[in-house]
Amino acid sequence: MRVLVCVKRVPDTGARFELTPDGRDIDTRNLEFTISPHEECAVEEAIRLVEQHGGESAVLTLGPEAAAEQLREALAKGIDKGVLLETDGSEWDPAATAQAIAQAVRELESADGPFDLVLFGNESADAGYYQVGVRVADALDRPCVAGVKGLKVENGKAQARREASGGWEIYELPLPCVVTVKEGINVPRHPSLRGIMTAKKKEIRRLTPEKPAMQLVKKGLRKPPERGGECEILGEGVAAVPKAVEKLKEIGVI
Amino acid sequence: MILGVIEHDRGKLNEASLEMLTLARALGSPVEAVLLGADAAAFQETLKEHGVSKIYEAKHEGLGDYAPRAWGKSVAQLVRAKNPRAVLAAGTDRGNEVMAHAGALLGVPVASNCTEIRPQDGVFEVTRLRWGGSLLEDAELRADPKLLTVAPHAVSAEPAPAPEIAVEAFSPTLEEADWRVRVVAREEREQKGVPLTEAKVVVGGGRGVGSAEGFKILEELAELLGGAVGGSRVATNNGWRPHSDQIGQTGVQIAPDLYIACGISGAIQHIVGVKGAKYILAINKDPEAPIFQRADFGIVGDLHEVVPALIEEIKKVKGK
Repeated sequence: MRVLVCVKRVPDTGARFELTPDGRDIDTRNLEFTISPHEECAVEEAIRLVEQHGGESAVLTLGPEAAAEQLREALAKGIDKGVLLETDGSEWDPAATAQAIAQAVRELESADGPFDLVLFGNESADAGYYQVGVRVADALDRPCVAGVKGLKVENGKAQARREASGGWEIYELPLPCVVTVKEGINVPRHPSLRGIMTAKKKEIRRLTPEKPAMQLVKKGLRKPPERGGECEILGEGVAAVPKAVEKLKEIGVI
Repeated sequence: MILGVIEHDRGKLNEASLEMLTLARALGSPVEAVLLGADAAAFQETLKEHGVSKIYEAKHEGLGDYAPRAWGKSVAQLVRAKNPRAVLAAGTDRGNEVMAHAGALLGVPVASNCTEIRPQDGVFEVTRLRWGGSLLEDAELRADPKLLTVAPHAVSAEPAPAPEIAVEAFSPTLEEADWRVRVVAREEREQKGVPLTEAKVVVGGGRGVGSAEGFKILEELAELLGGAVGGSRVATNNGWRPHSDQIGQTGVQIAPDLYIACGISGAIQHIVGVKGAKYILAINKDPEAPIFQRADFGIVGDLHEVVPALIEEIKKVKGK
């Protein structure tokens, strides 16, 4: 089977955000970049499906030239090919992003044949629009289900499991289809040293989509009010335990 | 007119829809609602109580159990017919999914997970969640019609009764392909103890716990306090806890009276999941760990020594 997985380059944030002086962006000068967590699982799922059924996998991203680094990450884990939809690095709204990805899928498919499955993360870690995968599915007129935490493909059908209050919902989709996944569907592998070496030789195809007018435009970022104030250090090691139990009594949990 | 998409599961209203209606009423009037695959009769009283003056009851064989595209396409068709100024849904899995389909069919983006909406001439200024709520984004929604989802718990649901409520039947045009993706089966989950999202006390473990085995003392502590156990992304990605126990941006968000963070450094992706906690007690070897900047109380020490001592002391106090 042929599987395409779409990912996004996002800063690896660690323990705190610093904003740029104009408040429009995250100050990424001291940060590494990575793939959004849900999408790391989408990459893993694509690799497993091809290991299981044979075929070929590809990874696609829309972003600046530097996003090739995230494609290499996926290639190092075992994805076969990369596709970079190169932009100037400015933000694209979800409608524009989906339009560019759908157009690229059409181009890739007319060259190499159709994808049985296109995978996305349920939402990107940074913008969190919760819609790009669904929009690509509608643009390509393919069935889609979002938020999937369990996926099986057999006999030309995909069975998808989604967590709902109190249990699981089961969906069935004919191939070709689009599925957006959530972290928890699998545990992503780390790339092997050999994988990292071979990734350097794998093909990355570059396309340059045209940027349409944006209809949802970021004006600035703010930090929400943070919880708590001063942390009262109760002490070190087991010596602090009696004081901690006093506090638990005070706040009424004992 | 402002249109609200009412979310339900097999006829049971999702309370997040009432929060959405509270925000919708601030945008203009009348506020009307669309209900897909359920009888208006069961919802009429509650929706009237929350300011809805008309329900569009969409009826079609393809709108039985939840079918994302059929629901989204029905919303898009109603929007074309009634031309509302704005369309809102709850920022839940279903709400975001249905609106994504509606937005794709109408050719407009969806401003998802808004906490504030400020209508201006022609554009809506919105504040929406980024990074799962660790950052707020101020953005301009320029598209027409305006499609938005409301972040759960951003506003509390306030009743504001409408004088009357009307019901209008509405028949969307759907093809079989629109409802071929639908819930075809369900599995109930077995629940042991208190669910993580409802527990008054949650004991969370991170990298410092070190193994699945290491969680045993956390479980004992949680049981003693009538609470539940959760984990950071490190704990679930290492397979020490099932993924459904993950607290954070890509897992569950909790709001207990007390959160005890054991061996958790305090990455943003985790903190966003516990910011609703009334009190946080952090236990960590590293006095520089960022978790101490978010906690109310801290113990600098090895959780493998501190937690068992805490268990003994609590037992003593409880007279066990």
